[in-house]
Amino acid sequence: MDIEEYISSGILELYVYGALTEEESREVSKALKEHPEIRREVEEIEHALQQLASTAAPYNPEALLASIKTKLADKNVISLQPERKTRWVSYIGWAASIVLLIGLFFLIGDNNDLREQLSSEKARVARMEQQIADARDDAEKTRELLAVLRDKDVSRIPLQGQNVAPEAYATVYWNKEENKAYIDAKDLPEPPRGKVYQVWSLKLEPLTPTSIGLLDEFTTDDNKIFTLENANESEAFGITLEPEGGSESPTMEQLYVLGAVSAP
Amino acid sequence: MQQDGLILELQKGNQRAFERIYELYSESIYGIIYSIVQDEKVAEEILQDVFLKIWENSSSYNSDKGRFFTWILNIARNASIDQIRSKSHKNKQKNLTSDNFVDILENKTHFSAKMDAIGIKKYIDILKPVCKKLIDLLFFKGFTQKETAEELEMPLGTVKTKNRACINKLREMLVE
Repeated sequence: MDIEEYISSGILELYVYGALTEEESREVSKALKEHPEIRREVEEIEHALQQLASTAAPYNPEALLASIKTKLADKNVISLQPERKTRWVSYIGWAASIVLLIGLFFLIGDNNDLREQLSSEKARVARMEQQIADARDDAEKTRELLAVLRDKDVSRIPLQGQNVAPEAYATVYWNKEENKAYIDAKDLPEPPRGKVYQVWSLKLEPLTPTSIGLLDEFTTDDNKIFTLENANESEAFGITLEPEGGSESPTMEQLYVLGAVSAP
Repeated sequence: MQQDGLILELQKGNQRAFERIYELYSESIYGIIYSIVQDEKVAEEILQDVFLKIWENSSSYNSDKGRFFTWILNIARNASIDQIRSKSHKNKQKNLTSDNFVDILENKTHFSAKMDAIGIKKYIDILKPVCKKLIDLLFFKGFTQKETAEELEMPLGTVKTKNRACINKLREMLVE
């Protein structure tokens, strides 16, 4: 090994910093033990760095040694007790360790119980948090809806049940400014499997239906209020039951509810 | 200077050896800790913890892995970094003014006996900006060679040679 070159490569400085990988450090440690020149160089680097670091210290912390020694003494009290080697002491020792062992088993059991309690507690908290989040979302929606209902630009159009479902009922809240129709479908029966409600905007003379959308995921929607885009000059709204995916034109035999927009 | 016999005594639990180790390393380690946490009281507490750890874990030091000073340095930097990552520290220290050891040295108002104001000014003045950065990252902050190269956008080998030149400057000044 060319020692001069090794030293001037700068690896020794990085070694003292602790900036090398573990493997590289081991190699330098080895070289340092084999070559006194390298060792001397490392010591000089270390000395310079120590001096540099010392200048950053607010003061010399010599006085702290006393308080560190006190802490050390406190920790050492137990281990410094002299050992007593009488037989009965060792019997007591055995007895104590057996008692301790039994105690430990109980503790392990307790510990497991506690851990289970803790994890079920955590699950409960998570559930609560979810519920709160849900409630907050609901409240948010309700506020939004209230804002819609109170908006003076919104007209309310009640849709009455037709032949297939005389009990059915729905309401359209239509904001003409924003071209939005909110469908309150709380009183529509749940659609059968494979079927979906489709909302139509109608022109009356002549009768021209235009689809404005589907009431998707009807069963899972909690408040049964659906927001649809409606840019049409609607004169009436109707809701029909259609095959999944909706239809091009309404199936009139499956017209559930219908209502005309009252003249302003 | 690393004294292998002294470290061996420390590892045997010799309290005299511990005291000697404290005398040898406490001030520089305090400087490192202070440059990271920048609070005298907090730095004092960490310094005490570090030396308690040195006492308790001295047997885990192995000279095949590196220098004793480097071993202590790592304990101190880790303890300091843990502290500044902790919540209490973040709440306390919102407006740190110094970014590295250079700022600390420049703002220093009182000095320990070993190093006077002129000496410190000298330290700073002879260091090129790139040296200040290199030493700050590698020594005070404990970056690896690779991390330093990435941070300063410098080839790995350049980190090594440039830093060597910086330390040589420092050493020249110390000899004067």
